[in-house]
Amino acid sequence: KSPKCKCSLQSGRCVRALRRCPRLDPGALGVRPTARRWASSDAPKITTHYSIHPRDQDPRWEGTEMERFADQADVVVVGAGPAGLSAAIRLKQLALAEEREVRVCVVEKASQIGAHTLSGACLEPSALNELLPDWKERGAPLHTPVTEDIFSILTEKHRIPVPMLPGLPMNNHGNYIVRLGNLVRWLGEQAEELGVELYPGYAAAEVLFHEDGSVKGIATNDVGIAKDGSPKDTFERGMELHAQVTLFGEGCHGHLAKQLYRHFNLRQNCEPQTYAIGLKEVWVVRPEKWRPGRVEHSVGWPLNRNTYGGSFLYHLNEGEPLVALGFVVGLDYSNPYLSPFREFQRWKHHPFVAPTLEGGERIGYGARALNEGGVQSIPELTFPGGILIGCSPGFMNVPKIKGTHTAMKSGMLAAEAVFPRLAVLEEDSAPSAGLHVPEYAESLKASWVWKELHAVRNIRPSFHNYLGLYGGMVYTGIFYWILRGKEPWTLKHCGLDSDQLKPAKECTPIEYPRPDGKLSFDLLSSVALSGTNHEGDQPAHLTLRDDSVPVERNLAIYDGPEQRFCPAGVYEYVPTDDGAGMRLQINAQNCVHCKTCDIKDPSQNINWVVPEGSGGPAYNGM
Amino acid sequence: MSGRVLVGVKRVIDYAVKIRVKPDHSGVVTEGVKHSMNPFCEIAVEEAVKMKEKKLIKEVVAVSCGPQQVQETIRTALAMGADRGIHVEVSAKEYESLGPLQVSKILAALAKKEEAQLIILGKQAIDGDCNQTGQMTAALLDWPQGTFASEVTLEAGHVKVVREIDGGLETIKINTPAVLTADLRLNTPRYATLPNIMKAKKKKIANVKPADLGVELASKLQVLRVDEPPQREAGVKVESVDDLVGKLKEAGRI
Repeated sequence: KSPKCKCSLQSGRCVRALRRCPRLDPGALGVRPTARRWASSDAPKITTHYSIHPRDQDPRWEGTEMERFADQADVVVVGAGPAGLSAAIRLKQLALAEEREVRVCVVEKASQIGAHTLSGACLEPSALNELLPDWKERGAPLHTPVTEDIFSILTEKHRIPVPMLPGLPMNNHGNYIVRLGNLVRWLGEQAEELGVELYPGYAAAEVLFHEDGSVKGIATNDVGIAKDGSPKDTFERGMELHAQVTLFGEGCHGHLAKQLYRHFNLRQNCEPQTYAIGLKEVWVVRPEKWRPGRVEHSVGWPLNRNTYGGSFLYHLNEGEPLVALGFVVGLDYSNPYLSPFREFQRWKHHPFVAPTLEGGERIGYGARALNEGGVQSIPELTFPGGILIGCSPGFMNVPKIKGTHTAMKSGMLAAEAVFPRLAVLEEDSAPSAGLHVPEYAESLKASWVWKELHAVRNIRPSFHNYLGLYGGMVYTGIFYWILRGKEPWTLKHCGLDSDQLKPAKECTPIEYPRPDGKLSFDLLSSVALSGTNHEGDQPAHLTLRDDSVPVERNLAIYDGPEQRFCPAGVYEYVPTDDGAGMRLQINAQNCVHCKTCDIKDPSQNINWVVPEGSGGPAYNGM
Repeated sequence: MSGRVLVGVKRVIDYAVKIRVKPDHSGVVTEGVKHSMNPFCEIAVEEAVKMKEKKLIKEVVAVSCGPQQVQETIRTALAMGADRGIHVEVSAKEYESLGPLQVSKILAALAKKEEAQLIILGKQAIDGDCNQTGQMTAALLDWPQGTFASEVTLEAGHVKVVREIDGGLETIKINTPAVLTADLRLNTPRYATLPNIMKAKKKKIANVKPADLGVELASKLQVLRVDEPPQREAGVKVESVDDLVGKLKEAGRI
């Protein structure tokens, strides 16, 4: 079976384009020369992005105009998700109340608001009630109150029901099943009505700094760079947006946040963030199977007791018999042969799940990483000129599996802390330093967000015991349900997710069943449903710090786990042209921006950077 | 000559999105689906803007017919360099049955009103794939047409157009005013960058109703049903040529 037939048409073009890359001498570009393994092949050049190969040392860029157009706003928000839009809306509400003009610009890499949003989701409306109490009159898409709440422990063939007692974290009474992408789109409309400037299709690619080291704003992505890293005729520099303060709401594992953690040393007093990957599908089911308002969660099969994860299945009530379902796998798993995508596909065949889907049609697919670190992993939230909001620093309540309400509240608190600090800028005057707003962190710690996260802080780490899942459930039962998280200790996580993989030779490959094309599907047809696409002729945005590491380390020691944990088939190990060895092929066009590779790469060699704006998935109400 | 070029732009479902037929088979799902400017319309806009940059023409006017959302598409054209926009308001219901004939009538009326020297359109839209609007517009105006253009040279009083045809390339010379439709290789459209999007917010988009142009929107076509193409079935292997002939006869092919 030739590897080429696994490639999508777009990735096939990518392959041929890669082969045309001119070979640059690694030494001249400051990349350390690598040991030669196979006599007939050189260390392949994979990465061409300027973040690895700087343009000021690249002769092809000599004489190219690199100056950027700049504009001044009062507040710039990176990311039009629940946190970013809540912050923008709150700022405008405050400005309206005090009859002040505040210019708020939101940049978003998706081509339209909501296109990169993916979540279960059971929304707790607490934050929305505070932000826009008349959301119902305004037509917010909260159409499905939760009516039934089912929790199960699955074995291969059976199901053990777990009573959803009130007080348990995943009890959903009072919540709504939403299509978060639609809610985000609606929030975008509310923001625009209030005068927020929304710019979908433009990614924040670079953080800008004042001379004093504080954050000055961001620059959007350059366009018109060819796949080999050289400038095309259509090359144009991105634009600089300067602000008094910049709110970073990139969602889980944002790429600018990653830089900011290093630059301002924001993670020195917290544990590393831990993550999970969530894969999701939307199905139209047969009307007789449809139970609107029904929420189902499960743990157990097909994961073993030491792999954290579980499933969700929500019946929406929006006219069509739609069901949103998905599977979450903790990224601290140790078996490099584990494929979260294939666990998800085989879970759908369980006797408790399959009947709902039989005769139905799958209409959507996507995936995204989510944080699980809770309070232990929250970094410093403010720094000169900037603030971190939403899932980027990470406010997800893991046992509740909800992070939207806390993300929105963090955005609102950021707006409330920033607003009184904003100066009235005179014409043509610009600040020379960014605002540092530590009041935001203080107000967050005093709010219900912190109380909630503190109460559940020990549940996720309690899974790290010999009994795994069962130990964790016992712990939750005693210390959360009975004692409300008041125990005086705080359990630690296990360290970086990327350090948890065991070498392949110590692990057993998992035999996954073949997809049947009715309930379970192959990876590439799933990726096609996400609507993802990128401009083909641009450098791959999955950049490698060292092009030789994938084959020499990831493949050699861990059997190339990236070919299994990527939910979009971006990474493939294929034979080299001369057949003597293997090489990593990066199908960047398939990427759904989930960030899992950046998190789970055992060599931490993959650095996800933002591609040209508008690229990425085209989720519709995910 | 007025030096004014009219460019038609259409808002279509993005080419990378998987199309889904509505459950009632009346059409395809468009609610919430990612839309973008028709790729051939982008090429048309680029060609017009290039002409303006070469000072061969004076003004580029972007036109789109449809409901409120098409204004985004006109804004993109403005960000690429068009000077002003015209939004021909068509309600969402009427838009479902809006086809090339009505659009051609609208464009013809606008061309006369704006005294356009040229109309540049994409050769076809990727949703309807009709490839009719340009040709019908030219016929209604009794103007010459240069369709499937892969190269356009504007000279005084006429246009030289290199057309992509089945047999190769055909070069024609037609008088202006004329209608041109853009094919894939005409140019590479520029990006609509953020500073230009911001500037485009200040450019004017005029609202016009089809009735003001004297155009009746009622369609003589009625869509009865929309279905997905049949699933491709596995092929059958045959052992010999006689088998093949026999199977072909069975299927009524020979």
